[in-house]
Amino acid sequence: MIRLALGRAAAAIPVLWAVATLTFLLLRFLPGGPFDKERSLPPEIMRNLAHRYALDRPVGEQYADYLERVVRGDLGPSYKYLGRDVADIVRDAMPVSLELGGAAFVLSLAGGIALGLAAGARRGSALDQLVTLGSLVGVSAPSFVIGAGLILSFGLALRWLPAGLWEGPAHVILPALTLAALPMAYAAQLTRTQVLEALDQDWVRTARALGVPEGRVRRRHVLRNALLAVMTYSGPLLANLLTGSFVVEHIFAVPGLGRFFVTAVANRDYPLVLGVTLVYAAFVVLANLLVDLAYAWADPRIRIGGGR
Amino acid sequence: MSPRGWVGAGLLVVLTLFAVAGDRVAGYRFDAQDPAHALEPPSRTHWLGCDALGRDLLARLCEGGRVSLLVAVGATALAIALGLGYGALSGWVGGRTDALLMRVIEVLYALPDVLVIVLLIEVLTAAFGGLPDLLRRLFAIAVALGFTGFVGVARLVRALVLQAREETWVEAARASGAGPTRILMRHVLPNVAAPVLVSAALQVPAAIRAESIVSFIGLGIKPPFSSWGTLAADGFEAMRSFPHLIFFPCLAILASLLGFHLLREALQERLDPRRRP
Repeated sequence: MIRLALGRAAAAIPVLWAVATLTFLLLRFLPGGPFDKERSLPPEIMRNLAHRYALDRPVGEQYADYLERVVRGDLGPSYKYLGRDVADIVRDAMPVSLELGGAAFVLSLAGGIALGLAAGARRGSALDQLVTLGSLVGVSAPSFVIGAGLILSFGLALRWLPAGLWEGPAHVILPALTLAALPMAYAAQLTRTQVLEALDQDWVRTARALGVPEGRVRRRHVLRNALLAVMTYSGPLLANLLTGSFVVEHIFAVPGLGRFFVTAVANRDYPLVLGVTLVYAAFVVLANLLVDLAYAWADPRIRIGGGR
Repeated sequence: MSPRGWVGAGLLVVLTLFAVAGDRVAGYRFDAQDPAHALEPPSRTHWLGCDALGRDLLARLCEGGRVSLLVAVGATALAIALGLGYGALSGWVGGRTDALLMRVIEVLYALPDVLVIVLLIEVLTAAFGGLPDLLRRLFAIAVALGFTGFVGVARLVRALVLQAREETWVEAARASGAGPTRILMRHVLPNVAAPVLVSAALQVPAAIRAESIVSFIGLGIKPPFSSWGTLAADGFEAMRSFPHLIFFPCLAILASLLGFHLLREALQERLDPRRRP
């Protein structure tokens, strides 16, 4: 188990290096620097700026310097937020994104499993049809459609919940719901399919034939199988949450990493774009690692084999 | 084809017709400003109302649909072409090449796609320096979407090619002296066609969705072009007082996604006899 964990962790390093190098190269060769404004600055000032941010040195040197600093956890100065380091911004924005993402993670798993179980238990019922339709919309609708709908209804028409900003627990609800919509819908579909499939299996028929009470059959045989399948979805779920966070944080003016990324791209604040990309990549790699280990822990064939 | 499939196809035909010629039905040019009617709700003269500059929303939606659909179809064509080549190479050659190609796919798969799309759009817009300014960004977006879409297609094609190369008819072709190119082109790829068609019906709505998302956050389509996503973003600004401005763009997006969903379902049933009810 420990060897497996170390092996997987070691395999993650080249991936992170590749991401860092690619983003560095891509952004460094973009024409149009961060200091190109409508009104051009005097050449001396441009020279000083370039010198201040080490943009006048050879690219190879910049790259080596960059890699060395990244390893130390220093992501460089931001071009746009004067006097702030990218690492500072990430440190400030990360907890916000984690809180939002964590709430959405719990919501999508709990909500999705509950809805899927309820729908699968009574196939063809009104509830089942409602869940099926709702999850179809949830899986396909872009998150801004759902966010706008929630803001219009709960924020503006009913005035139950704040429609933006990040000032307390009530402010988490609408963005978390919006962010959770897609994974929750997907988890519901997955759970429902699994329940229906499990109910059809021989072992369920056998258990029933042996006189096991229906409630116990559902808990022990149906629920367990459904939960295993949903567990395999938790990795892609995290990636979905990350992707969604760009839009959701933008819509609800949540000061998280996703919002900084969007403004950084618009501002050509390269170090900030690079820093956030790297943090995201590290997060995805870490999440995949944890999911791999969770499988290994749940599935003895992988645990004992030690490989794939 | 099932009735649901026809509904989906019908929805898509209507949307396409509107995108092609809808502004003639609306009777206004998409960029014609009429300040007297600014922010007007739907009425008999302006069926879906007007935006902040008094531009007819129906005409704007038709123009936006043209961009959204064209970009999505272009992206899908690219994704399928790239995916077919990459997946066939990987599955057919096998061995180390396969391992390396699949490792690349794994990395691409792991990154959040909005992140990759946004970065690619910026880089490609700069890289397409030779194109006229107006078209650069459109091309960049289509290529970026195609690039993120190709990952799924490549995986699918590789799996299908791996499966097909073990089939008896391939063995028979080999036994009768057919060369590897001929086997690949004549015996393996035709069997890949049906599932790839289904995946195309999945790629187009995925591209529409992704484009609308990056356009909504202001990093996709930019003026003078507009798409359903940028129209929704404009509508979002004025949502508090003028909800029609966000409602109709979102409706157009949802209708197109639903159309493709129903069509794909029907295609899947038709092409895979086991899935027929």
